[in-house]
Amino acid sequence: MATAIEVVTAHGAGADSHGGDDHSDHPPPSAGVNSRKMLMWLFLASDCMFFGTLIATYMTYRNRSIELQMPPYPNEIFDIPYTSVSAFVLLMSSLTMVLALSAIKRNDHRGLRVWISATALLGAIFVGGQFFEFTTFARDGLTLSSNIFGSSFYVLTGFHGAHVTIGVIWLLSLLFVSLRGGLSSEKAMDVELAGLYWHFVDIVWIVIFTLVYLVPYANPPEGGAEAAPEAMIQLMTLGQRLLATLPF
Amino acid sequence: MASIAQPHIQAPTLPKPRVEATGLWSWLTTVDHKRIAKLYGVTAFIFFLIGGLEALLLRVQLARPQNDVVDAQRYNELFTMHGTTMIFLVVMPLSVAFFNLVVPLQIGARDVAFPRLNGFSYWTFLAGAFILNIPVLFALPGVFAGMAATAWTNLLGTPALNGLQPWLDANLPFAMNVPDQGWYGYSPLTQQLFSGKEIDFWALGIQVLGIASLAGAFNFIVTILNLRAPGMTMMRVPIFSWATLITSVLIIMAFPAITIALFFLTFDRLGGTHFYSAFNIVDGTLISAGGDPMLWQHLFWIFGHPEVYILILPAFGLVSEIIPVFSRKPLFGYAVMVYALAAIAFLGFGVWVHHMFTTGLGATPTAAFSAATMLIAIPTGVKILNWTATMWGGSLSFPTAMLFVVGLVSQFVIGGLSGVMHAIVPVDTQHNDSYFVVAHFHYVLFGGSIFALLGGLYFYWPKVFGKLLDEKLGKLHFWLTFAGFNLTFFPMHFLGLAGMPRRYQTYSFESGWWFWNAISTIGALLIAASIMVFLINVQRTAAAKQTVPANPWDGATLEWAIPSPPPVYNFRVIPLVTHRDQLWHDKYDQVAEGPDRVADSIVEVDQLPENSPAGVALTEAQTEAGNIHLPNPSYYPLLCGIGLFFLPFGILINNPHIQVGMFGIPILSALGFLILVTAIYGWSFEPAG
Repeated sequence: MATAIEVVTAHGAGADSHGGDDHSDHPPPSAGVNSRKMLMWLFLASDCMFFGTLIATYMTYRNRSIELQMPPYPNEIFDIPYTSVSAFVLLMSSLTMVLALSAIKRNDHRGLRVWISATALLGAIFVGGQFFEFTTFARDGLTLSSNIFGSSFYVLTGFHGAHVTIGVIWLLSLLFVSLRGGLSSEKAMDVELAGLYWHFVDIVWIVIFTLVYLVPYANPPEGGAEAAPEAMIQLMTLGQRLLATLPF
Repeated sequence: MASIAQPHIQAPTLPKPRVEATGLWSWLTTVDHKRIAKLYGVTAFIFFLIGGLEALLLRVQLARPQNDVVDAQRYNELFTMHGTTMIFLVVMPLSVAFFNLVVPLQIGARDVAFPRLNGFSYWTFLAGAFILNIPVLFALPGVFAGMAATAWTNLLGTPALNGLQPWLDANLPFAMNVPDQGWYGYSPLTQQLFSGKEIDFWALGIQVLGIASLAGAFNFIVTILNLRAPGMTMMRVPIFSWATLITSVLIIMAFPAITIALFFLTFDRLGGTHFYSAFNIVDGTLISAGGDPMLWQHLFWIFGHPEVYILILPAFGLVSEIIPVFSRKPLFGYAVMVYALAAIAFLGFGVWVHHMFTTGLGATPTAAFSAATMLIAIPTGVKILNWTATMWGGSLSFPTAMLFVVGLVSQFVIGGLSGVMHAIVPVDTQHNDSYFVVAHFHYVLFGGSIFALLGGLYFYWPKVFGKLLDEKLGKLHFWLTFAGFNLTFFPMHFLGLAGMPRRYQTYSFESGWWFWNAISTIGALLIAASIMVFLINVQRTAAAKQTVPANPWDGATLEWAIPSPPPVYNFRVIPLVTHRDQLWHDKYDQVAEGPDRVADSIVEVDQLPENSPAGVALTEAQTEAGNIHLPNPSYYPLLCGIGLFFLPFGILINNPHIQVGMFGIPILSALGFLILVTAIYGWSFEPAG
């Protein structure tokens, strides 16, 4: 008997695997994009506006504490080489994420677990690094309420850190499902969605890292340290140190 | 291990609905868009009554000079809650009720793209509405105690109960004021120095409502883009669904701004930051804090101006559906109507500063935003023109639904014109904070949104309930509303030009404002009477025995192709769409034959050709056997809503006895968090069915 469901699967299960809330008996998605993927893209579009608002606020208040002479100032607080390393770690996790998706698409379950674990680990290192950075800054006198720089810095980077933390939990959940045998190649979309989110969070960090850490700040009053070039010099020194470690 | 396809971890699944389920549990776990529409509609209408009551109290207070029915504090609370309620708990959810009801039916789908997410939107909305209204709830005992004390003293001459209200205020667990800062929540009124916990409830309540709106908007965009019936190209999508799509885009782009703005506010209030305050008091000395109250105004209106289009575009969509049906003509300039919707939405993001003309931003930004604001009159004018042109030469009839939407066209023009006046900066400076502005935005929100939504209720009532609302009572309802509305709000133009400021609790006799204020209050009472008429109509209709055909108004879109009320699966056969006004095409276009018609596209499973776009076709017998695939009901959306209710609510209880000692996290918040996480995981592992 040709049941309804069979008829539908013949039409419905196209390139995208259905899952979640998708209606598997509905004709294929009219826009040609899997519904869950479209949902994720829309969420990311909205998330752009979240970060856009946060970053715009940070940029508005960027030099305010310096102008008002309310220390601690960004230049005294930031340790750019340290943050560069953790930014590098986060960016590398995008690579491992891609490898995880590629593995599940090839039905390589071991590969999936290895690369998903690696991605979660790199993300966790980033969050741990941020936690350490925050505690160091707090010891140096920068708190959420110490000045407007502290407020806007902690809320912006904290919001990003929360995104990474949720991503790590998401990846660990996928790992758990995979270990229980529930993540087949037909469910590659589950990994792909986590991947979209993960890459987005990485890209946002590039913007935040540049605008918060790298772009020069106004000169502190009473001839404080020359901040911005200093930051660039620090970064370049780090690059030289990294190059020096290479075997060729 | 690797070859096992199905996960072992499976959350329990509720049985599928074969036929219409009944009982409380079926409502709590429903994922059916038609039921969620009813839940939204009923909840929003209850809040409409509450918000209306608040407005009525304001009008009673202003009925005569030096009145003292409501004291100044309560007056501020009333206008704040009236505004917040009407915007977030009435017009938005009532629009969402129509999205839910109409969109899947119009585009030929069996449900929305993510049915459980749809349930989540509703329960989260309800959670936010409750959080927002907790201060009201807990202020009420004090209010009643005060009234009882006054009555006791007046009647018996002994001041026996006078101590009751202060005692209640001091001893009730959350005794506090109601938010009194206005719906726009300007800093520094919302700062710790000038307010209490009620602002936290207000901020977190709107935060949770935002989650609900965002979830709903994501869902509707995907639904409209992806679940269109075969053959329904984007330019065949009915205009109400277009309005839903564009409103949803506005929501996902505008709500993040208010979310972050409210985060900052909550940090300012509970975390010791100073995003919105330029000064801080430390040990009695005023010191610079570095923040800026203008940041709130910018962020709020970057959200707030698109928000007014979020409130009006669904109404425009309803008008564009209803006018053609009762003019017996297709919508004039369909494509241009779509472009106009998009243009309004796009321009809506570039005009927020017109709410801030008097804040002194300088000539250049003011001039630029003034010009951008005037530009919006063009696409809006296009819509008005096209509605008029649709009616022009049409075979017009005026049932209540049509009366309400034609009412919108006329009343919205009045509000729109005073809006263009406000785009002119010197005029705006003159009108700012006067009753003229109150008149303006009530003409666009009441004369616009509410008129269309009421018209929509009359229009879609037979589709939802299978009964027509009584036309006699309906016409009485319309004319009472129309007269009451104009009596209430037209005099406010005069009052504003005469200099009466907004948000003042009372005015002197010498001001000369009493006459128009008295007229306005009479108008408000008429509006209240009109709502009573509507309620009587609903009750009468519910009691009446009648059946309604699938298409009582002879509409053109797919929702009218299926029985009223629709079966739980909506369409037995997913229709094949060939024309924009499909049903009119099938019925009146004599040239059309064969597979062009929706009715003809019903084919049996066995006859379904290879790769037919017509989706699933089932025989009557198979339908009866429950072969149509429907999503399972789920209680996880409800659990998420409960979690989201307690999560912020617990933070606000400053009671040292109910904290989890070590972390200082209130028990209720921890509980809410636990429920939320459990629900999200349960949901993730629950088969969608």
